[in-house]
Amino acid sequence: MDLKHLKFTKEHEWVRVDGDEATIGITDFAAGELGDIVYVELPKVGASVTAMQSMGTIEAVKTVADLFAPVTGVVTAINASLEQGPDLVNKDPFGDGWFVRVKVSNRKELDALMDHAAYQRMIGK
Amino acid sequence: MLKRTPLYDAHLAAGGKMVPFAGYEMPVSYAGGIEEHNAVRERVGLFDVSHMGEFIVSGPDTWRYLDHVVTNDCSRLPADGVLYTTMCHENGGVVDDLLVTKLADDRALVVVNASNIDKDFSHMKWAASNLSRSRVELHNASDEWALIAVQGPLALEAIKGTPMLAPVRDEIDGLSYYRWRSFESPGGRVLISRTGYTGEKGVEIFVPPARAADLWMELLAAGKPYGAVPAGLGARDTLRFEAALCLYGHELDDETSPLEAGLSWLVKLDKPEFVGRAALEKQKQKGIKRKLVGLELDGRNIARQGYAVMRGDAMVGKVTSGTHAPTLKKGLCMAYVDADSIDADLTVQVRAHTVPVKRVPLPFYKSRARD
Repeated sequence: MDLKHLKFTKEHEWVRVDGDEATIGITDFAAGELGDIVYVELPKVGASVTAMQSMGTIEAVKTVADLFAPVTGVVTAINASLEQGPDLVNKDPFGDGWFVRVKVSNRKELDALMDHAAYQRMIGK
Repeated sequence: MLKRTPLYDAHLAAGGKMVPFAGYEMPVSYAGGIEEHNAVRERVGLFDVSHMGEFIVSGPDTWRYLDHVVTNDCSRLPADGVLYTTMCHENGGVVDDLLVTKLADDRALVVVNASNIDKDFSHMKWAASNLSRSRVELHNASDEWALIAVQGPLALEAIKGTPMLAPVRDEIDGLSYYRWRSFESPGGRVLISRTGYTGEKGVEIFVPPARAADLWMELLAAGKPYGAVPAGLGARDTLRFEAALCLYGHELDDETSPLEAGLSWLVKLDKPEFVGRAALEKQKQKGIKRKLVGLELDGRNIARQGYAVMRGDAMVGKVTSGTHAPTLKKGLCMAYVDADSIDADLTVQVRAHTVPVKRVPLPFYKSRARD
């Protein structure tokens, strides 16, 4: 996947926009920092989420982290594979390890997110 | 400024993810914590634990002094013995948990937690000054030793092909749990002890820093046919957790007594005198007010250090360590719980969720082949 087309939050979520739908995951950097992920708690399909508020939980062996909603909207899909295979997030964070899809209610919020270069700078790469 | 162990470059070469720990840059994982955890349970793993502190106690009163400062009974140590013990404050709180190795009738090696080196050394100096006319010397030798732990059911087989350990190769099989051997090598003395912090069979090898990287490479090479992999602090923590081995700063601290921590077997009240004895004896007579217990969480929940243990609406305890146990594949935690509530219906507060727990025996995991 070409990461240059993704948007990023300062909480290390990535966002891929297709039309008015946003696919959301966490970056390889975040997955590496968390270590082995053993359980993810996701919002339900149909749930409303609000930009930069927690919409789920990521439990790793060593620590726990919130999953933040990069944008406001309604959840249209969740990655059911993570129920049995949460390690997909470690193995393929930008692909099969995606978390949720959200129908974006305010596209302007996307402009507030970082591009790939800005995110790389933030993590010191 | 973080310190580096002599194996720093070897960790980077092996893809180690380095994190700050107790003043050192240490590898938290290489291939992945769970993978490394499983390698140690099923085969063998290599750990760099050079950050641990080493003190040399010497002089004619070495053993009289050590029996004054630690809670366990050093007089029972055989000539090649190692002793696990706590060291307490006068109030009975744990200064540290440590290993005492009998090197000679007038010499001991003491291994302490990296995070406690300065505190322990001060405490031990203070304890030496307490003891009238004691002829004992303390030396902080922490920078004079590297330490490599080789752990897992195949650990003893895996180290036998290591050229540097050839002088003790024939003694490895006969080495009992908590015994040591040593030999002179070019560069200094090497000491190998049948100890560890994973709940598996294994050894810890003390080696001069200048020889550490060579030994590490030799161990990896000799261990390769046995599936040996480098393992980081992450795996070390989940391994010790399943085996319910206490970790200072979690199950033990300055305010917690070894009796509360389930370590009464380390407290020899039949010794006439040692630092903390009066407080511990009193605590034992009055009854222990809180106890370390093992809890299994319902569903897919993970309790972390500091989470509250509840009995109805009342908080009756606190989690000390918790994770998703990789070998047992469940959410488990250790917690201090008020003694009169340990058999009650309990819950753990996992953020917004009130999660029912059931008490399970410690250790959570016991190896079939450790001893």
